[in-house]
Amino acid sequence: MAALPYTIVVGLEVHVQLLTESKLFCGCSTKFGAPPNTQTCPVCIGMPGVLPVMNAKAFALALKAAAALNCHIATFTKWDRKNYYYPDLPKGYQISQYDLPLCRDGWLDVPSEDEAEDRRIRIIRVHLEEDAGKSLHDEKAGRADSRIDLNRAGTPLLEIVTYPDIRSPAEAKTFLQELKLLLNYLEVSDCNMQEGSLRVDANINLHIPTPQGIAATPIVEVKNMNSFRAVEKALAYEAERQWGVFQETGRKLGEVPKQTRGWDEHAEVTRPQRSKEESSDYRYFPEPDLVPVTVTPEEIERVQASLGELPADLRRRLRRDYGLNAYDADVLVNQGRSTVHYFLRLADVCGDGKAAANWIQQDVLRVVHERQISITDFPIPPDTLGEVIRMVRGGRLDTPKGRQVFAHLLQHGGRPQEAVDALGFKDVDDAEVQALCRELVDANPKVVAEVRSGKEKALGSLVGQAKKRNPHVNPARVKEICLELIARM
Amino acid sequence: MAISEQEIRKVALLARLELTPEEARLMATQLSRVLEYMELLNSVDTQGVEPLALAVEVTNVLREDRVTPGLDRESALANAPHRDDECYRVPAVLGET
Amino acid sequence: MESFWELTARELSDKLRRGECSAVEVARACLDRIAAEDATVRAFLSVEPDWALSQAEEVDRRRRAGESLGPLAGVPVAVKDNLCVQGRVTSCASRMLAHFRSPYDATVVDRLLKAGAIIVGKTNLDEFAMGGSTETSAFQFTRNPWDVERIPGGSSGGAAACVAARMVPLSVGSDTGGSIRQPAALCGISGLKPTYGRVSRFGLVAFASSLDQIGPLAQSAEDCALLLEVLAGHDPRDATSLDRPVPRYASELEGAIKGLRIGWVPEHFTEGLDGEVGEAVREALRIYEDLGAELVEVASPHARYAVAAYYIIAPSEASSNLARYDGVHYGYRTDEKAMLADLEEERRLLRESGDEAALEEIDSALVRLYRRSRAGGFGAEVKRRIMLGTYALSAGYYDAYYLKALKVRRLIRQDYDRAFSQVDVIAGPVTPSPAFRLGEKTSDPLAMYLFDLYTVGANLAGLPAMAIPCGFSREGLPIGLHLQAPALEEVRLLRAAHALQRNTDWHRRRPGSHIAARSELRG
Repeated sequence: MAALPYTIVVGLEVHVQLLTESKLFCGCSTKFGAPPNTQTCPVCIGMPGVLPVMNAKAFALALKAAAALNCHIATFTKWDRKNYYYPDLPKGYQISQYDLPLCRDGWLDVPSEDEAEDRRIRIIRVHLEEDAGKSLHDEKAGRADSRIDLNRAGTPLLEIVTYPDIRSPAEAKTFLQELKLLLNYLEVSDCNMQEGSLRVDANINLHIPTPQGIAATPIVEVKNMNSFRAVEKALAYEAERQWGVFQETGRKLGEVPKQTRGWDEHAEVTRPQRSKEESSDYRYFPEPDLVPVTVTPEEIERVQASLGELPADLRRRLRRDYGLNAYDADVLVNQGRSTVHYFLRLADVCGDGKAAANWIQQDVLRVVHERQISITDFPIPPDTLGEVIRMVRGGRLDTPKGRQVFAHLLQHGGRPQEAVDALGFKDVDDAEVQALCRELVDANPKVVAEVRSGKEKALGSLVGQAKKRNPHVNPARVKEICLELIARM
Repeated sequence: MAISEQEIRKVALLARLELTPEEARLMATQLSRVLEYMELLNSVDTQGVEPLALAVEVTNVLREDRVTPGLDRESALANAPHRDDECYRVPAVLGET
Repeated sequence: MESFWELTARELSDKLRRGECSAVEVARACLDRIAAEDATVRAFLSVEPDWALSQAEEVDRRRRAGESLGPLAGVPVAVKDNLCVQGRVTSCASRMLAHFRSPYDATVVDRLLKAGAIIVGKTNLDEFAMGGSTETSAFQFTRNPWDVERIPGGSSGGAAACVAARMVPLSVGSDTGGSIRQPAALCGISGLKPTYGRVSRFGLVAFASSLDQIGPLAQSAEDCALLLEVLAGHDPRDATSLDRPVPRYASELEGAIKGLRIGWVPEHFTEGLDGEVGEAVREALRIYEDLGAELVEVASPHARYAVAAYYIIAPSEASSNLARYDGVHYGYRTDEKAMLADLEEERRLLRESGDEAALEEIDSALVRLYRRSRAGGFGAEVKRRIMLGTYALSAGYYDAYYLKALKVRRLIRQDYDRAFSQVDVIAGPVTPSPAFRLGEKTSDPLAMYLFDLYTVGANLAGLPAMAIPCGFSREGLPIGLHLQAPALEEVRLLRAAHALQRNTDWHRRRPGSHIAARSELRG
């Protein structure tokens, strides 16, 4: 890719839904997909007289995320009201955190494609807040009104705000993938964009070198991005658009008010969104219905100690201790913690990390995806599969036969030896194979000549004949012995 | 401090109140008087004083993450002035922020 | 034979327990008394005869069956109409909630019902408890039973008047800046605002969350103790509720006053205090002295800033608490068709006049729906406070008003802390004067606010405080004595109050009947 005449500067504001059973301030379920207005109570509808009480699990999950994002965790945190009117916000305010957020100043390292080192994206703050409900525009029968569903109202969200450290649309996508992976590992959030459990807005502008120094374009907030792919596309579009506008107008940061634009998925463009100036006066003040939460340094340490190995650590370990390349390590780690655990056991049993990685990627995950199950429900335990791989590595089975054993185990369970027996694969004595090979080499001088002239492929006919004489021989072993014999002739 | 009618109109929009011109005038007069009285506070030295937002010194009140019965949909919507079988209804929210 | 209505809650409950009368008899008598008196006093927004009688029948049935009964079994009680009762209207005396039926019970309502109390109806108040005279109620004026041309005080005006007129022995109110104590004082009864967090606020329609507290109004300190014992206690649904044991208030009333250090603040007795009120309060202090108490002058240097701080903090919180009344999920909503037509007409006029800027600025249908619904649903005082609070919290004014007020609030609290290191209770007047006339202050909000100057301090500091009768003006209007104590020292307050009531009979006096007076009244 040719160097761009500008630097793209992006900061993200991410909202993720915490994996709790109940809402942030009441006992209503947070389950996705219920019929409208069937998961509410007086508290989340904001009926007169109700009071919020904080969900302990939500707070614990937020702490965990904050620790994993290397944040400075506040030992004293409080809640504030953000006041604005919207029909899906039944109280007329959102309970959020303003001046004393749960934590600040963290970072997340993300793998970088063209740099050897990871890129460090700094986090400004992480805080807890409640979600609003949903406004559904009713286009049926051309009705000019909206319908309000409050099932989501009060769902616990974690807001994560990054510094403008992201330098390309692709990096924004990588950051989100890495964040999602991390929060999945921690079981803090499932970060499912389709179900709205991860939402992201981006602030983007360009830094353009000019003879007068670096010029910054006005910052634009981009909304309505419904997938990681959409984030990448929207930011790429927006960067080009800003470049075009700058070339045309020369307008710089501070010369026009901050603009909000929405990504139009179908047209693949961003469009300006209407926003009234007064709506930004949120009149934050301390939420008088909730008391502050304090955390001791010991509790923070306990949380940090409980995180376990995180994706970045695991990637490093798979490369260093199991000899995997970056790609394979990535694929496994991206599958989640239980896949990595399966791999680690499998590699230890079979003694070959690379082989274990291949079997998982080509065979295990195929089945897992086909059956739409989790790897923890995969029927062949890693110890069993490890034995199969050992048989293949030791020459007792060739790879196709190994696969047949795999398929048999998948269907019937049991031990690998039982599968081998059931499939009628017999171990052939190596001396027998040696004798057979000598016979074949002696009987096929033409083939031998071809092999000697460099056409190794010609061996195929010897292997074929060997298999005809004894279907249980391992073709790889036949090939190996024949080559040896020919070399010695 | 006196508050102008123009400020009153701005605050009325923030507070989502519709005021007639007479109401706005009366509001400006009355609130100005009250705000003038508030100037009394300027004579208090509050340098270094921590604000007191809550009168209780309680912290860490948390509830267990447990689903408890809520309202059935009919009860939830029972008081709604404008609704259908499933939802509250309002004038179109598209384009609002 | 004595009529039931003349009895205190204690006396009634003893009679009921001894089987000298049934809960149904008591409920009937109470409903009859309400029917007779309330046509004039108009303390109730709703009376529930059928429900009251069925509650009473249930109490009688359980007593006959030998089941264990709660401490208020069969005792009638009135509930201020900002407390939610499931399935019944909770209006807050506002057009906004005129038809709102709560789908749940407030914690205190739950506790009353569990204690066997018979809820007979819901009492009038200033709209959303904002006011000091019950005149801002959207539905009716409540009269002071001692002089029906005068206000009963507020915001719990109905709650105080119904006890003063002996319609019910017990009544539950709420106090954000004096709303229990001030009407209790003006109606000649006893009222207690507990320590912030002592009584659960769950189900109390919020006015100013950091100041609101529910408490009892009754004929005597003893009855207040009885009712507080039922109301108080930790509630997991209110995060600000205190998880501390509840004393047996009613059994802790006896105790010597000898050695009790009673503080008095000189500023309470200077400018602005009505002479007769001052005299009655000083007389009460002399009685305490005779009983062996020690009077100690204490300083309260920031007391004079309390009203200013209060009228920033309370409206600020209110502006947010009342944002939920937007005509979408419940409550009053303006006629949408008419609203849309008006909006279209405004747009047309602007287009014709070519005023592009104004056309750009005009409300969307949704914003206009909010604005008109709120304008139509709220009365003038509520709007004033919402405006004041919105202003105090808005960008550019937050530090000068809201934050400044919170700092002054801390200084006021520190004044109390210092004072209570020298004294056990602080005594003084509840109000600057006895009850004023209906309409006397309605056009002057500031004058109305300044009437709260002695009571708002306890709310700002979160402390318990009580009003008890301590005399009458020459015109026959009741005068109240204000007692304040450190946090969670309700027992101390009740003991002091009870001691005065054992040695005086101000609390036993009651206004004349209003059955005859009815025809002379307007509106």
